[in-house]
Amino acid sequence: MSEDWDVVVAGAGIVGAACAHECASRGLRTAIVEAGEIGGGATAAGMGHIVVMDDSPAQLALTSYSQGLWRELASRLPAGAEYESCGTLWVASDEEEMEEVHRKRALYATVGIASEVLDSHSLSEAEPHLSPALAGALLVPSDGVLYPPCAAEYLVRDSVRLGAKLYSPFKVISAGDGLVRLNDGTELRAPRIINALGSEATTLLPDLPIRKRKGHLVITDRYPGFVHHQLVELGYLKSAHSIATDSVAFNIQPRKTGQVLLGSSRQFGAEDSTVDYSMVAAMIERARVFMPEIGTLSAIRIWTGFRAATPDKLPLIGPWQDDPTLFLAAGHEGLGITTSLGTAKVLVDYLVDGETQIPIDPYLPARFVRSEAHA
Amino acid sequence: MPDASISLLVNGAPVSVTPGTTVAAAILMSGPRARISVTGEPRAPLCGMGICFECRATINGFAHTRSCQVLCEPGMDVRTA
Repeated sequence: MSEDWDVVVAGAGIVGAACAHECASRGLRTAIVEAGEIGGGATAAGMGHIVVMDDSPAQLALTSYSQGLWRELASRLPAGAEYESCGTLWVASDEEEMEEVHRKRALYATVGIASEVLDSHSLSEAEPHLSPALAGALLVPSDGVLYPPCAAEYLVRDSVRLGAKLYSPFKVISAGDGLVRLNDGTELRAPRIINALGSEATTLLPDLPIRKRKGHLVITDRYPGFVHHQLVELGYLKSAHSIATDSVAFNIQPRKTGQVLLGSSRQFGAEDSTVDYSMVAAMIERARVFMPEIGTLSAIRIWTGFRAATPDKLPLIGPWQDDPTLFLAAGHEGLGITTSLGTAKVLVDYLVDGETQIPIDPYLPARFVRSEAHA
Repeated sequence: MPDASISLLVNGAPVSVTPGTTVAAAILMSGPRARISVTGEPRAPLCGMGICFECRATINGFAHTRSCQVLCEPGMDVRTA
């Protein structure tokens, strides 16, 4: 059986779902292929923090653009998506980190993201369970949290309403030269094929510079009011983003249910999904530095997931140089929920109009080929 | 018969028990249920061995404590809602 489409999207995680939704919204005849459940991979494993981050100018551009798109979409999300504009508090441990708070506030203002500096006293009032020894924080009120699998489900269902077709559960066996082959022999023909398979994107393109980066999360029983904002240690970039080593960082989130979601860990070379209790212990010890009473809460589940990490911590968005029909929307590491909507806009704008609202260049997959050629 | 008894508070009401009594038992001595679920259903201890989590109560300020795994102590403050 052979069917013709304008676009075939491989993968219905949050990124594939967003790409399919954007295509269908533009009137493109769109097919979505998912081997498991919608949003069942890294999308279901992550925290669902919609956050503006500034590891690089390109990361700031994509996260701030995407955060705005989530705010626009929020009113249309189903209740199950649990979107809440709770804001992020970037917590500073000492006066040196308070200088970083001020730098961050000024930088965020340049991309239209308002934020507010809290001193130690204001921080204690905002989050009474934080240690009073902390120096202060930057509050970014426009950040939020949501439950990503439900958001992915909404994006796929709305795509189908707009005329897209979901092939599930079907595995993509091969993709290229305008042809996607599924495991049951179905052939989908399209001039544009989007690989949005996350950390599995390498199964179709083994040369992609994507590695799995394991993470752990802990969720507690219901403690309404224990924490009000998403709290992240300001040293997060320092402690969590060194590519070389295993690391943990204080990162805690209030869920609408009153549950508390606690992260985070990062490990390369750990391909096994088993919970590593030494990492969990390190996460909890780190959290106790910031929030001493965290140890009195009762955890009910611990799980792991795999981020799709690239060497420069930016996603791969755009054409794959070896095949003019093949495009990428993968490699979003720990920011896939946030940047899914921006990724979809940038990629589909590029496909349809050739012009994008933020420059696509930093995310083009060709950047790795160039750097290798020059090495 | 143990000669001493222990007094504690369950939802503010005094309850006297013999030493070695679990908090879950003290809760049942004070009323028919342990707690109300998030969907509004009454709950009571089921397994009595720390597995089912139906007996959770706030004991001395610690929420979601499995009351079947804790022995009563003098002056304990136990809350089921």
